[in-house]
Amino acid sequence: MEGPSVEELLAKAEQDEAEKLQRITVYKELELEFDLGNLLASDRNPPTALRQAGPAPEAELRALARDNTQLLINQLWQLPTERVEETLVARLPEPTTHLPREKPVPKPRPLTRWQQFARLKGIHPKKKTNLVWDEVSGQWRRRWGYKRARDDTKEWLIEVPDGADPLEDQFTKRIQAKKERVAKNELNRLRNLARAHKTQLPSAAGLHPTGHQSKEELGRAMQVAKVSTASVGRFQERLPKEKAPRGSGKKRKFQPLFGDFAAEKKNQLELLRIMNNKKPKLDVTRATNKQMREEDQEEAAKKRKMSQKGRRKGGWQGSGGKRKGGPPSQGGKRKGGLGGKMQSRPPGLGSKRKGGQHQGGKRRK
Amino acid sequence: MRPLTEEETRVMFEKIAKYIGENLQLLVDRPDGTYCFRLHNDRVYYVSEKMLKLSANISGDKLVSLGTCFGKFTKTHKFRLHITALDYLAPYAKYKVWIKPGAEQSFLYGNHVLKSGLGRITENTSQYQGVVVYSMADIPLGFGVAAKSTQDCRKVDPMAIVVFHQADVGEYIRHEETLT
Repeated sequence: MEGPSVEELLAKAEQDEAEKLQRITVYKELELEFDLGNLLASDRNPPTALRQAGPAPEAELRALARDNTQLLINQLWQLPTERVEETLVARLPEPTTHLPREKPVPKPRPLTRWQQFARLKGIHPKKKTNLVWDEVSGQWRRRWGYKRARDDTKEWLIEVPDGADPLEDQFTKRIQAKKERVAKNELNRLRNLARAHKTQLPSAAGLHPTGHQSKEELGRAMQVAKVSTASVGRFQERLPKEKAPRGSGKKRKFQPLFGDFAAEKKNQLELLRIMNNKKPKLDVTRATNKQMREEDQEEAAKKRKMSQKGRRKGGWQGSGGKRKGGPPSQGGKRKGGLGGKMQSRPPGLGSKRKGGQHQGGKRRK
Repeated sequence: MRPLTEEETRVMFEKIAKYIGENLQLLVDRPDGTYCFRLHNDRVYYVSEKMLKLSANISGDKLVSLGTCFGKFTKTHKFRLHITALDYLAPYAKYKVWIKPGAEQSFLYGNHVLKSGLGRITENTSQYQGVVVYSMADIPLGFGVAAKSTQDCRKVDPMAIVVFHQADVGEYIRHEETLT
């Protein structure tokens, strides 16, 4: 028994083809206009289906959108394709719709001083080459700018000209001249800008003439304005969250490296003298220690004398010092500053004077 | 490189005077030449006038050191004495501490001096006095701060610290990279 016959299969295949064709072909009265560079398709057909739809035209809108998108995609598939990193990509042509300007047309600027002069005299800019042959370095170098051909500040040998002072530094002279030319150029540029923006230069607040000021410039201008009152800014309130200005103190000045050595020495000795005077001449600890040591020695001497006398007189034990055993020596905590000795010495009470072995000079442990 | 300001000079002198007292004026006012203190990269250098004039020929960023470095000012403007100042502190020291040979190595490794390592100590050393540490052969090893006064040193137990370590000659090897 045969399965589906060949004719049936062929008929089915044809039917499938027709369906597919039906899906991708769209009938439109007027052809759409395509701007594939912008992926734009403009449909000029009158929207009769939409008008007949009634209050809720969702289905019709969707159908219209689907049809137009289908047409656009059909056009895209006809573009030349290329392969970029394993994906098939269509190369879009240049966009043909002219988009409107984002910003307004710039106003013509007033001519700079040089441009006015050139126009007056009929001077036209001569066409110059970009590179110039530099003999010294043996290569083509720029006419101006970084590593230019004839940079007179970079010469290693300058002859002193006839009329010049032999002790003058020609190198710094050239560098200064260059700095002056640069500063003059900058000034003229800012003046031209000021004329173009109809502000004045130098502006009262130190602001840039174009109106594009940086945050630091504005901050500085504000500080200056704040201080320019009759009471030099003392009674100007700050805004609620405004912070105090930083870096508005005076710059520190230091003495030169080889100042007057004698004066420096004198100042230092003076400083030392003042430092020594401030220290107390009578050191309380030392004084009390010394006092106690002296009394120790006195007691020891007295004890020796008495023991001698006692031996002579026959056995009188009068060891005055040892009798005052009394309260044991207070070791640890005392009020500061006296390093272990008592504040006020009640007479006759010894703390560490038993067995006096206090000598001056270097002590053994 | 610049001279010290009044404030900085005062802070530095106060620190040095803790170790050598009024002998400091012998450093300032020397009979054999004019010596001065200069500040370079936060470090204080003690340098003769002749050497200073020569060092002015070297640009500041290339100059590493000149004369003797006494110490440096920290970021909070406190002065810290370095071991390189020992040559000038040792001869003028007022309070000295001698340590036993056994404790020398411990001190040279950066440890504090315990009472068991203490050989001798000058009389009348008060607590927290700056002291110069010597070996028993009178070689200066470094300097420190007395943790206890002389009297207290006698009473305290052998494991107690008597001298806080500040600097020792072993730092020439340990802190080779940071000393200038």
